[in-house]
Amino acid sequence: MKKRSFKGGAHPPAKKGLTAKSPIAAMPLPEEVILPLSQHIGAPAKPLVKPKDRVKTGQKIAEAGGFVSVPLHSSISGTVKEIGEFPHPTLGLSLAIKVEGDGGDEWDEEVKERANYSGLTPQELREIIKEAGIAGMGGAAFPTHVKLSPPQEKPIDTFILNGAECEPWFTADQRLMLENGEGILEGMRLIMKVLGCQKGYIGIETNKGEAIKNLQKLASPYGYEVIPLKVKYPQGGEKQLIKAITGREVPLGGLPMDVGCVVHNVGTAYAVYEAVAKGKPLIERVVTVTGNPVKNPQNLRTRLGTPFAKLLEECGGTMAEVGKLINGGPMMGIAVETNGVPVIKGTSGVLVLSPKEARYRKPRPCIYCGRCIDACPMGLMPNVIGNLVEKEKFAEAKEYGVFDCIECGSCSFVCPAKRNLVHLFKYAKAKLAQMRES
Amino acid sequence: MDSPLILSSSPHIRDDVSISKIMWTVNIALLPALLGSLWFFGLRALWLEVVGILAAVGTEGLLQKLMKRPLTIYDGSAVITGLLLSFNLPAGVPLWMPAVGSVIAIAIGKQVFGGLGFNPLNPALLGRAFLMASWPVHMTTDWIPTRYGTMNGIDTVTRATPLKVYQLARDYLSAHQGVSPEQLAQAKATLASLPHAYRNLFCGNVSGSLGEISFFLLFVGAFLLFIKGYIGWRIPFSFIGTVALGAWIFGGSQGLFTGDPLFHILAGGLALGAFFMATDMVTSPVTPKGKLLFGFGCGLITILIRLVGGYPEGVSYSILLMNLVVPLLDRYTKPRRLGEMRG
Repeated sequence: MKKRSFKGGAHPPAKKGLTAKSPIAAMPLPEEVILPLSQHIGAPAKPLVKPKDRVKTGQKIAEAGGFVSVPLHSSISGTVKEIGEFPHPTLGLSLAIKVEGDGGDEWDEEVKERANYSGLTPQELREIIKEAGIAGMGGAAFPTHVKLSPPQEKPIDTFILNGAECEPWFTADQRLMLENGEGILEGMRLIMKVLGCQKGYIGIETNKGEAIKNLQKLASPYGYEVIPLKVKYPQGGEKQLIKAITGREVPLGGLPMDVGCVVHNVGTAYAVYEAVAKGKPLIERVVTVTGNPVKNPQNLRTRLGTPFAKLLEECGGTMAEVGKLINGGPMMGIAVETNGVPVIKGTSGVLVLSPKEARYRKPRPCIYCGRCIDACPMGLMPNVIGNLVEKEKFAEAKEYGVFDCIECGSCSFVCPAKRNLVHLFKYAKAKLAQMRES
Repeated sequence: MDSPLILSSSPHIRDDVSISKIMWTVNIALLPALLGSLWFFGLRALWLEVVGILAAVGTEGLLQKLMKRPLTIYDGSAVITGLLLSFNLPAGVPLWMPAVGSVIAIAIGKQVFGGLGFNPLNPALLGRAFLMASWPVHMTTDWIPTRYGTMNGIDTVTRATPLKVYQLARDYLSAHQGVSPEQLAQAKATLASLPHAYRNLFCGNVSGSLGEISFFLLFVGAFLLFIKGYIGWRIPFSFIGTVALGAWIFGGSQGLFTGDPLFHILAGGLALGAFFMATDMVTSPVTPKGKLLFGFGCGLITILIRLVGGYPEGVSYSILLMNLVVPLLDRYTKPRRLGEMRG
């Protein structure tokens, strides 16, 4: 198999074995859900309901707060308990709608299958996707309809479906490609119809051989090409994926559309299919719940808003003490403060690390080994930027390209001095943004 | 949950490669050469090496205690410095020399700047340069023959290292007067006989500094570091390549392109320098292009000293000089960013 890739990267242990063979199981309906108004990049959604209102599954309960925003739907049927601040997996505390379930799962009348959707125009499809509240499900949660609205002067000729799933431990995308391949490809076709582009690629790392075979079989009638990718982190990074598959480089500070590309995650494509064909808004997703302390790690199809504690319970709880609970993978995920945080649209997995795995490693001064430079998939000099940030030399850090950093974590991962490079870069970005405002 | 969850930035997992793992692996990679020094020079070599290591580690510990800095004597880096310092000494030097050299290497070469990571110069080479300046007679004449061979691997008459023999021969050839026809003929014969030394040079059966003599044993260690990814190919390749090319073009007695590149690769401290000292992470460039240029500069200065300089060998000074331009090399050889348009 010919394998394509990008320059740089790291090889964190894949650890996918714990859940790779476990079929997606349905998570029982949660008794209550916490639905944050910010589950996506952009303006928070605006509530359409008030406490004590009856809501049904799939009912729109908050509308988009702007163009770069998405609406929110109730993921269960029941009563709105409260609209207030709740723990959020990536934002600390954030405004959310808490719905207490009635146990019935009564669906909203608006949710109807479309017997025939082939006549829909790109504009109509885009509107359906927007109204379904779909945001990128690979983790970043960028509103999907925005990525599907490139300006006139940026013609798109290539669509790439991202099935790389390069984060260690996680297998949700892998299982989805095995079990719902038809839906994914149909979603891909719909996305390409919206974009009006001809060339369709599906990028999958070669450690998911069955998924490659399955999608190859299903994709041939569509004329899409499955590209086996080298197993290397961060193969699923948007810019790395585009480089590996098309050889094109997204210009610094630019977007994929600058080189005629749009990339969406396989989960997003599946959500698009469900929204168009079944009329279903985004109210559930597949989440890998895994980690060594987890008794029975598995892939769960769960309603949005389900607290992490419930997922862990469903997986038999944890055998050992929990050191870190992470929304997302070990390389880019965010450590959460409490197991009460809910699953949101971008939660590709929940990872539990033992206290030993999550222990603090005291950083030492840089020894200039250059391993971070070899690993950086953006061609930056992480050691230099890190040293500059430590000396609060933010302007110089910017010159060295701190804003080009995609925070993939490869540099920190390989650093023998255990320097917290990504932490320093996030700090510098925040500081620089602050300086610009004042 | 019983205990508070740990909150810290991604990534949440780390590679198991640490500073001490790298440093101790370098020490292991130096073991073949250490055993070689025992084999060729006897137990005396071991005492010199032990003294060098103890002095280095002791100095590091003492200074860190005095300055109330975290103790790092177990990370293996001071051991490397002590070992490399003793590797750079003639086998016949008195025992106090590695001690003095190591104290200077660690104190002036490393701790003064803030310890590992902050030193601009290779500490062991700085220690050696100090000894060379202070006790030049010891450093240039305390050679002893190996237990199984000759001083230079060519003949038994001359009391000199291979590179010294080479230098004398070249001096005769380039001198315009005062050289008898016999001396001239002998010098030519010496240069012509260099290939006879290949085998001894490759194994280490020649006189020289403790750890530099065996190309083979040093290569074995370097190969381990290469496999582990702790050294790259760029610095050794461009360093050795430049020396070989320079030796071939300018090093012969019959005009251009008549030199003996293999002799220059195998003789002296090139293997030790190119594999273990020019590749020191702290004092070499971090960028791929910078590494190539650094090795090229080291090679250029080495061959310049060997062919026209006053010393027979120039490896250690070449590395020290190139250490000084590392920040500059790094600055002007930044890698190209993904999506960066240049020119």
